Amino acid sequence: MNITVAGVGMTKFGELWAASPRCLAGIAVSAAIKDSKIEKKSIQGIFVANMLSGMLGMQGHLGALFAEELGLSGVPAYTVEGACASGGLAVHAGVMSILSGQYETVCVLGVEKMTDHKPELVSSALMGAGSNEERLAGATFPGLYAILARSHMEKYGTTEQQLASVAVKNHFHASLNPLAQFTHPITTEQVLRSSCVADPLKLLDCSPVTDGAAAIILTKQQKASGVHIVASQIATDSLGLAGRKSLTELASTKRASEKAFIQAGVERKSIDLAEVHDCFTIAEILAIEDMGFGKKGEVGKLIEQGAYTLGTAERIVVNSSGGLKGCGHPIGATGVKQIVEITNQLRGVCGKRQVKNARVGLAHNVGGSGATAVVHILRK
Amino acid sequence: MIGIVSYGTYIPKYRVHTEDIASAWKKNPAEIIAALGVKEKTVPGVDEDAVTISLEAALQSLSCFKGKPSAIEALFVGSESHPYAVNPTSTIIGELLGVGTSYLASDLEFACKAGTAGVQMIAGLLSAKQIKYGMAIGSDTAQSKPHDALEYTSASAGSAFLMGSESVAVSLLSYTSYSSDTPDFWRRDGIRYPSHAGRFTGEPAYFAHVMGAAAKLFEKSKLQPKDFDYCVFHMPNGKFPREVARRLGFTSGQLAPSLTVDHIGNPYSASSMMGLSAVLDVVSPNKKICMISYGSGAGSDAFVWKTTTKLQALQKKRKNLHGLVSQQIENKTYVDYLGYLKQTHKL
Repeated sequence: MNITVAGVGMTKFGELWAASPRCLAGIAVSAAIKDSKIEKKSIQGIFVANMLSGMLGMQGHLGALFAEELGLSGVPAYTVEGACASGGLAVHAGVMSILSGQYETVCVLGVEKMTDHKPELVSSALMGAGSNEERLAGATFPGLYAILARSHMEKYGTTEQQLASVAVKNHFHASLNPLAQFTHPITTEQVLRSSCVADPLKLLDCSPVTDGAAAIILTKQQKASGVHIVASQIATDSLGLAGRKSLTELASTKRASEKAFIQAGVERKSIDLAEVHDCFTIAEILAIEDMGFGKKGEVGKLIEQGAYTLGTAERIVVNSSGGLKGCGHPIGATGVKQIVEITNQLRGVCGKRQVKNARVGLAHNVGGSGATAVVHILRK
Repeated sequence: MIGIVSYGTYIPKYRVHTEDIASAWKKNPAEIIAALGVKEKTVPGVDEDAVTISLEAALQSLSCFKGKPSAIEALFVGSESHPYAVNPTSTIIGELLGVGTSYLASDLEFACKAGTAGVQMIAGLLSAKQIKYGMAIGSDTAQSKPHDALEYTSASAGSAFLMGSESVAVSLLSYTSYSSDTPDFWRRDGIRYPSHAGRFTGEPAYFAHVMGAAAKLFEKSKLQPKDFDYCVFHMPNGKFPREVARRLGFTSGQLAPSLTVDHIGNPYSASSMMGLSAVLDVVSPNKKICMISYGSGAGSDAFVWKTTTKLQALQKKRKNLHGLVSQQIENKTYVDYLGYLKQTHKL
């Protein structure tokens, strides 16, 4: 498998009140097409990742909508929804469409507009990714991830300070990313003192509500100096936490990453950087452990020691973009943005947040509380 | 010279602690108080509404006025809690004041700036010499849904400005307005509680409009923050007025006397007018005051006021007859959260 990431583009992430979804999509896709140096008319398929437009904006049918908006009317276009993993799933669908021989060049667009809507409506819509039992019980995703965090703390002695160190690291990385939602560093003290959302998770343990879009152009045409997707894998698990065998790991992440390493033919130690799904601080600890980049139960301490931080990382830098916590989490755009970040890192164009000698990168995108996990491996 | 001839303020005596509201909803009171900067807010009595509050404030302003009620030729009441959807508050007030029948009455609604919209309309009628005296009232028993963020600050109070072109205690030197279609906060017809767009109510709404109005006012009046002795802003919470004052270049000393929000919360249409009243209660003559209101939806009215020597007599009368704003603030009885729910007819 060898799919070229020909072009990437994204908007600034944040509270973009002056920008509509059409505007956001236009900026991201135009940038990706320009970056790819491929003519727009060469795009044969469009995959749009989005979760909330139908529920919050009463606008479905996004494939046709954005095809028209982007001046690509007539081109086959699809909407892909998989909660917070929508972006990763859309990238996978784009990859599959090229591997099938149906298309040679496709555009994958992730877009989400969240801040125009009332917070309680956004929270309610996001619970569309949970199980019916969880909704009926009044659970929200902070509450579900708090259960995972508490389980991890009880089994492995992970501390609130270690959870906080994830947010501190990712805000530091985001402070080096001009397109991130939060470009200010934070301290462990600030995290620990922030309002409690769902014990033990505090406000600064949680990723924000964000507007944004990201786009990539995928092609089977080979580019000598390009970045290539060498693995694209998905795994699923029970929709609700009650169906899980363990609350201290996400089995979907383990399965998807194991399949991805086999597909790519690379070992874990070859990975130089990873963008992982840190919707809550505990989620990054679980991701690093479940993909084998640290021993189970020890990653919290390692993060606290700077083992995954730019400049002090021992082996792999995690979430150089700032992750979902620092860069922002526009649901459908997140998985596509991860590919944008890895691509730019492998190209060596990330400036102050550049991971030195980056050659192989991994993107990990999760839907719900682990019901879907998507893992991509890229190399240059 | 046109301006304020007399003014009145009414603050209901009941208060509820922010801590009690937060505790009822299992929130951390210290976090809520730190975030909003409001420790307590006013609660209307069970028989109080925007009409009774308007009337109390209007009667106070008339009691310090040498003329007759019939001298009032225009009466505007700004509120977003008019008891009637159809049937004007302004005519009820006019009748109870004894204004007669030869006056222009109108109810105004523009979220929290309906009162200051009335001030500008009265100012226009005075400048055009269509009337000799007019009264603008800002009054609210502010609505908020239980468990909504607004519940911690939505308060009740009223302020009435009797304006004219003779014997003014506070002259109006300049005024302007800044408006746009910005849907940050709304309440549809027939719906009991307002809705709001969370953080959208901040930067693109309150700050953009207050600062937009300030820029227009500074340009029109050729004055800068350093030229003012005091400033007054709409006070939806304790943080916003302090932050906007800082951004505009005012000092905390210029702002401090106006910060009634710290003691009574946000009485919507009365907020900035109460803030100005609090300043007028304590300042000496020949002081310049910058006042900028904000109403969601959205707009800001901006004013340059200058106190005259007539103000001192007015201050003395207010102190003796009705109490200054600071005295009215201190006249209080606390109710618990249950009492608050009962008195605001939520139970």
